[in-house]
Amino acid sequence: MSLDDLYRQVILDHAQHPRARGVLSGDDVRAIDLKNPTCGDHITLYVRIQDGKVQDIRFTGEGCSISQASASMMADMLKGQNIEAAERVKDIFLKMIQGHDLVESEEETLGDAVALKGVAQFPARIKCATLAWKALEQGITDHSS
Amino acid sequence: MIGRALIEDFPILQQKIGDAPLVYLDSAASSQKPRAVIEAISRYYEHDHANVHRGVHTLGSRATEAYEGAREKVRRFIHARRASEIVFTRGTTASLNLIAKTYGEAKLGPGDEIVLTPNEHHANLLPWQRLARQTGARLVFVEPSPEGILDETRLTQAISPRTKIVALAHVSNVLGTIQPIQAAAARVHEVGGVIVIDGAQSVPHMPYDVQALDIDFLAFSGHKMLGPTGIGVLYGKYELLKDMEPYELGGEMIDTVSLHEATWRDPPWRFEAGTPPIAEAVGLAAAIDYLEGLGMNEVEAHVLRLTESATRALGEIPGVTIYGPRAGRHAVLTFNIGSIHAHDTATVFDSMGIAVRAGHHCAQPLMKRLGVNSTVRASFYVYNDMQDVEALVAGVHHVKEFFGDVFG
Repeated sequence: MSLDDLYRQVILDHAQHPRARGVLSGDDVRAIDLKNPTCGDHITLYVRIQDGKVQDIRFTGEGCSISQASASMMADMLKGQNIEAAERVKDIFLKMIQGHDLVESEEETLGDAVALKGVAQFPARIKCATLAWKALEQGITDHSS
Repeated sequence: MIGRALIEDFPILQQKIGDAPLVYLDSAASSQKPRAVIEAISRYYEHDHANVHRGVHTLGSRATEAYEGAREKVRRFIHARRASEIVFTRGTTASLNLIAKTYGEAKLGPGDEIVLTPNEHHANLLPWQRLARQTGARLVFVEPSPEGILDETRLTQAISPRTKIVALAHVSNVLGTIQPIQAAAARVHEVGGVIVIDGAQSVPHMPYDVQALDIDFLAFSGHKMLGPTGIGVLYGKYELLKDMEPYELGGEMIDTVSLHEATWRDPPWRFEAGTPPIAEAVGLAAAIDYLEGLGMNEVEAHVLRLTESATRALGEIPGVTIYGPRAGRHAVLTFNIGSIHAHDTATVFDSMGIAVRAGHHCAQPLMKRLGVNSTVRASFYVYNDMQDVEALVAGVHHVKEFFGDVFG
């Protein structure tokens, strides 16, 4: 596994120019704080869910290029999706990061985030890639409960 | 002899990571073990193992002799007055917790003060935080210079008649700075308090004399000084240890037991409930033999020289930020490259066979003061050499090249 497989251009691009950085406020916004205590990375994910849809999604925080790119790609992809679709994307992403093969339709669903596939080969970095998605998972659970 | 030639003695260092020879620069987290240590542990298990202080049989005697022999070896290594001042624990963390729970809970009350610095490792901060909460004592933080150096006058002035404990890392695990503990010891003794030294990053690297330094309690770990994991030391002056309550209760630490009462053995066994880490003590003794074979003066000079060379070399590379002083660093060099995250740097290093630590180094308050979330830390020990410094420099250049366009 070479470094270029991990740090694909699209990842570096998202890390350098993260989409959807920022804060959301309002009664219908859920803010989820998550940390990776072993490395100090942290994220605050803001999700506005209305009518069963992820109306808007933003994040703040700090972390390595993998965690920032992953958050950016996730936000990019999920804005406007309904909750079921968002959950499906999240499940496919986590499956990929754990090193499982994806079928073509699943890869298409993930869009840019497929570039993070290489992370599965770098066990020490898996938590970086999943931080934002774990925050999303919590946001959706909070919403449904 | 010290340096790269020692790799012959360290089987683990002879491997490649991918195609690149391993460059191990993470000894401050845990050092590697020479064959002499690995073999001493195997030999012990193959020939001498039984429980200690119990059996009358031959193996029981051999195991006890080996275990108590290790204690005597540690005593000599740090120049303690008597072997009964050496308590074997699980490591530095366990030693510091033991002092806080036993000595601390017995001696501290509302309004008493514990003096420390904001740069401590979590292991030398959290036990005191809890102790302060439980007893009503107060934590007093002495402000170091921006480079992490404690001013001797400022330190001694922070010690008041209310000070019961001064708890300091002798050498910082992030900045590599060495603190004026002798002056602090002298001052705290004037007011009737004690000094507790976190020696995790100092004992492995320099000749040690707890009597000359007049330390009351010293905590350190075996695995950072070529020994095995799972064993550490709490040194305590006997007159302090003898009045302390045990930490854990169970076998081996008792004098007499009835259904409703028990009395304790004398130190050090009072603090070693249950079956102790016997093989680990044997391994630690072998590690001390190995270090003494090299000479602790030579170890200190060698590591200081490497750290200084690396600090100078990295300091000359544009974009590199070095945290802490440029000179006089003990073993650890902490830095970042441009705005590149420490984990990304460490991953690129790893692809070149270079092992470093990346993260907050269990010192989150210090990271906050440095204004960063994580840093890269390279640390040096007896088996490192100028070649490793050169590999580190090449690694930094490669990281800059790899991420240059993005994070420049």
